[in-house]
Amino acid sequence: MADTKTVAPKEGALERSWNWLTETQIWKSVFRHNAPITDRNRVLVVLSNVFLHLHPVRIRKSGVRLRYTWCMGGLSFFLFLTLTFTGVLLMFYYRPTLEYAYTDIVGLREHVPLGIMREMHRWGAHAMVITVWLHMFRVFMTGSYKPPREFNWNVGVIMLVLTLLLSFTGYLLPWDQLAIWAITVGSNMARATPFLGYEGPGASLLALGDVQLIHAADDARFALLGGTFVGEGALLRFYVLHCVGLPLAIAVLMAVHFWRVRKDGGISGPL
Amino acid sequence: MDAIKEFFNFFADPRVFFLLTTGAFVFAVWRRDLFVKPSVGYGLQIFLVLFFGLGLLDENFRLIIGKPDNVPIVGLIFLLLFFTWYSMRQAVLNDQRIANAEPVAEKVEEDRVWVWPDLVYIELICLVLCSVVLIVWSIVLKAPLEQPANAAATPNPSKAPWYFLGLQEMLVYFDPWLAGVVLPSLIIVGLMAIPYIDTNPKGNGYYTFKERKAEITIFLFGFVVLWSSLIVLGTFLRGPNWNFFGPFEYWDIHKLEALTNVNLSEYIWLRGLGVGMPSHWLFRELPGILLVSFYVFGLPVVFARTVFKRYYEKLGPARFYVTAFLFLSMLSLPVKMLARWLFNLKYVVAIGELFFNI
Ligand code: HEM
Repeated sequence: MADTKTVAPKEGALERSWNWLTETQIWKSVFRHNAPITDRNRVLVVLSNVFLHLHPVRIRKSGVRLRYTWCMGGLSFFLFLTLTFTGVLLMFYYRPTLEYAYTDIVGLREHVPLGIMREMHRWGAHAMVITVWLHMFRVFMTGSYKPPREFNWNVGVIMLVLTLLLSFTGYLLPWDQLAIWAITVGSNMARATPFLGYEGPGASLLALGDVQLIHAADDARFALLGGTFVGEGALLRFYVLHCVGLPLAIAVLMAVHFWRVRKDGGISGPL
Repeated sequence: MDAIKEFFNFFADPRVFFLLTTGAFVFAVWRRDLFVKPSVGYGLQIFLVLFFGLGLLDENFRLIIGKPDNVPIVGLIFLLLFFTWYSMRQAVLNDQRIANAEPVAEKVEEDRVWVWPDLVYIELICLVLCSVVLIVWSIVLKAPLEQPANAAATPNPSKAPWYFLGLQEMLVYFDPWLAGVVLPSLIIVGLMAIPYIDTNPKGNGYYTFKERKAEITIFLFGFVVLWSSLIVLGTFLRGPNWNFFGPFEYWDIHKLEALTNVNLSEYIWLRGLGVGMPSHWLFRELPGILLVSFYVFGLPVVFARTVFKRYYEKLGPARFYVTAFLFLSMLSLPVKMLARWLFNLKYVVAIGELFFNI
């Protein structure tokens, strides 16, 4: 006993500069606590960081398992962020008019060296559709829509629809053959909306005397396309929805979704 | 080699394809003890790798699989099969634990861990892996750009984006108002209704099959067999004029398929009774209207009184009828498919005057 002696470890240059750095006012103004290696700091790091505080501080062990969540919700969110970032970059290059839309995409392909933003945006969008489907699949298979999470499942279904609509509206923007015909095929369906589409069942019943209320220039498809065919109006409409309307809507719902995951008791698990 | 290609082309025919997928699904659920074996799960993945790998040697196969926008669906096939197998596997393992009166896997791990670092590092790894996959994918495969939009040059086939191709495939069997508007709306409504019509309190927060047999079977049938396999069919196996083409078949624009479909009214008035078509549509279509009304309104009542009496008592009338309606709407697709394949039935109700065809 008597001959044990505590010797302070020798500090290397690296360690000394680290210690100095973490003592500066700048560092301390950004990070309000020490490294999260003690329980107290683990709590603090999650609580004081706006991004991390989407999480609870502690979570059931089964809930962090990839085996349980497949991380598909998290990946959907991450892909959404990636898409927002790459999408904003694409907006710098793209003008949604018949004159420029296609040539802007051509320019993006040919004049931006090593450019993969368009690829990342397109493949990321496809991937997000898949991850959202798989997320729903996992939530179903673990029965996580059951009380008290019914409402959050519904928020999810709406986000699923929004994800598909985001993908659909974006598909038109390159304004090539692939784009307009895919949207033409898709939006032709609206023509057949019961009562509201001019080739839909019941539409011919909506008439005032001889005047048809529903015709090609005022039916559901017209509202969708801003015209009777996929043209200038549709391009603008889809652009605005794709870049502003739908992302805003889905972002708000994501906030609700994450909030509710926590308020409903965190990731589901057996009682 | 050609014989093998012929073999796969044969199995890709919509009828064979659909019946085979349904058969495989029934088998996977019924003999899930076999299906969830690791050898089966990995075997299926290896089979897929071999199928796509060797298939790519064929030019026609390469043309359709290699389309940049079709690549995600190849990924979807792998992922979907894997996760169906994986979730069923965990369910079966948990069922065994329950049968042995042991706690399920998720129950064993109910104690709490720190989000930092236990969760945050998993998220970080997922995020990095996902970024790597996405970046490599973006470097290897260029986003497609075809000729500038031209409203005068309709491509043949014209296809919707891939995630809607299951709906486009439904157009073979239903008119646009059903395939493109009503049924998709019912899918959304049906999904949203799930938490409210499923009153089974068990299986909340862990994988299990035994405690939720009906729910899981119906969901898997809708999601994997109907929704996803029709997307695969619509993407890879439909060519010009929406004709069927095997995966190793050349897309010949001039391929003709005889359209010999017959309406129910014609079957009844002309072929059955031999009296000629009634002139008023209401009278002409009466048999079809009665049949559809029975399907929508009568069948649920029959179900409630007979085979599904137990469910009726458990769910109560409101829940039961909503469930039955949604379930029958989902089944209307395979029912119509079978009617088409067996009897060449075109429309059950055909009121072209009002765009009301079923
Ligand atoms: C736009 C896409 C979506 C995003 C970004 C998202 C994100 C998330 C995240 C991060 C979680 C935490 C657990 C996990 O990762 O599994 C979660 C849970 C959940 N999600 Fe989503 N989600 C989306 C779509 C959906 C859809 C389509 C549904 C269902 C139809 C859904 C229903 C749920 C439910 C019920 C939970 C709670 C699960 C539990 O407690 O085990 N979400 N979501």
